Amino acid sequence: MKKSGFYLMLTVIFMYCTGPFLWQVITSVKPSSELTKLPPVLPDVISLDHYISVFKGHPFGRIILNSMAVSLISTVLSLALGSLTAFGLAKLNIKGKALIFGFVLSISMFPPIATVSPLYLIIRELGLRDTWWALIITYTTFTLPMSIWILSSFFREVPDELYQAAKVDGCSPFQIFYKIFLPLAGPGIFATAILVFIFSWNEFLYALTFTSTIASRTIPVGIALFPGLHEMPWGDIAAASVIVTLPLIILVLVFQRRIIEGLTSGAVKG
Amino acid sequence: MKTGIQFLCAFLDSRFCGNDVFSIKPLNLGTTDPYKEQLLHKDSGVKFVLPALSVIGLVAVFPVFYVFYLSLHRKVLTFNISTFIGLDNYIYLLGDSRFWNALKNTAYFTGVSVALELILGLSIAVLLNRAFKGKGFMRAVVLIPWAVPTVVSAKMWEWIYNTDFGILNYILGTDINWLGSTFRAINAAIFMDVWKTTPFVTLLLIAGLQVIPKDLYSAANVDGAGSWCIFRRITLPLLMPVILIVLIFRTLDAFRVFDAVYILTGGGPANTTETLSIYAYKVLFQLLQFGYGSTLSVIVFLCVGLISVFYVRLLSRSIR
Repeated sequence: MKKSGFYLMLTVIFMYCTGPFLWQVITSVKPSSELTKLPPVLPDVISLDHYISVFKGHPFGRIILNSMAVSLISTVLSLALGSLTAFGLAKLNIKGKALIFGFVLSISMFPPIATVSPLYLIIRELGLRDTWWALIITYTTFTLPMSIWILSSFFREVPDELYQAAKVDGCSPFQIFYKIFLPLAGPGIFATAILVFIFSWNEFLYALTFTSTIASRTIPVGIALFPGLHEMPWGDIAAASVIVTLPLIILVLVFQRRIIEGLTSGAVKG
Repeated sequence: MKTGIQFLCAFLDSRFCGNDVFSIKPLNLGTTDPYKEQLLHKDSGVKFVLPALSVIGLVAVFPVFYVFYLSLHRKVLTFNISTFIGLDNYIYLLGDSRFWNALKNTAYFTGVSVALELILGLSIAVLLNRAFKGKGFMRAVVLIPWAVPTVVSAKMWEWIYNTDFGILNYILGTDINWLGSTFRAINAAIFMDVWKTTPFVTLLLIAGLQVIPKDLYSAANVDGAGSWCIFRRITLPLLMPVILIVLIFRTLDAFRVFDAVYILTGGGPANTTETLSIYAYKVLFQLLQFGYGSTLSVIVFLCVGLISVFYVRLLSRSIR
């Protein structure tokens, strides 16, 4: 392939990947009057009205807080439980390891719709409807397979000799876990944390069914149910989308190597 | 205690500072010593895995049994009705044309989007796998659609597809109501899904491409093989296991599609673009029919199970 042709294709890929989001950014800074102007091109003036109205006209601050809290707490819990399990599976003696791995992997394939009705009834019974905890419990559970899977591949890379050395020095398995293996698996934990966080930040079906007011409503539901008086407030939706997506995009651009490592672990090495 | 710390420091050095103290092996801790071997393998990991496994059991496995139990009942939430009716829901399902339509939509959505994602992802992966300036940057760019939340991405495309003010009609010079007919709406949703998930496919395939030994390519070049021939005879066969893994992930993910289609079309026009998950959601939470809704959920679950079994068989055959 000729060089110019190659770079032309790269440009096409670049436009394809960034174009739709850039268009959303442009929409978000258009004054309301220009949103319905034809042809739909770049605005004459840049306005931040939509960004202001997202926070003034809607309880968007609270929704962001909900998403932050739910995602962060789920991430911490999933990593805590997941790293313990991954360490046990990677370095300790357990009967039926292959079976446990297979079981954990099959959980990650559960379609959310298959568990949403019983979980809804259970959560209602426990009085957890419309609270952060309804989502935290669910997200922690359904991100556990991902945490266990990725972290165990990182723990397996740490040589057994380290375990033995610490053992000789009188460390208990749990001490070995958190004093030696946890720090060493730092990059893996970080990659897992980003993936779990993004999952919790983006999840929609459970959030839609378990929340009913802004007390616990998260960002995806907030954007999906964006209130409009007569027609869709496209400018406000665009501004809200940019606010919640930009941090993710920055995260992805900065930590792309880590994220790719996490996403592809297990898939290639097998 | 001291030797252990020294050992740790040596290890940390070799790992993070590039000082290869390790190759000297200061301590004989090799796995050949039966006593040390015993030290490692005597510790039970049951306590470590128990917390996570019990959480999974309670929050993921128990609901699956519960949903099956619910599917054998007539349960309407508002009226507190709950009566056992055996397999009646399943019999009703067989004659429910809305269910069959949703199944058809789900299969169509899954088949077309996964096929397109694979073709597109493979092309981009092969293109990005060669050496060029700005390779790291391009890989980061490819990740952008993946990072956009599905709901945001659906709203974004809804605005792009807008009949009057959308940029798509402007670029094409058309005046089409993209979400107005069943055919256009489901394909508009597929197009959006392809945009959003091709990056994931691309990344896994790039990772797979990097494992293929480079000498194979140079050998083929020496033999004068053309690039298409190299792709078909070397790249494709060696990439097959990774392609299958990508197919498993993507098929299962696409089959349970909810938010992408729900936001974009709402299942409309006139419920014709409903997928199984959307139909089940509406029966559960709009009609509050927890019995029949759970029956639909069980069906999704069984389909996903069947697809996994099919793929795992395929995968184990390809690895052998």
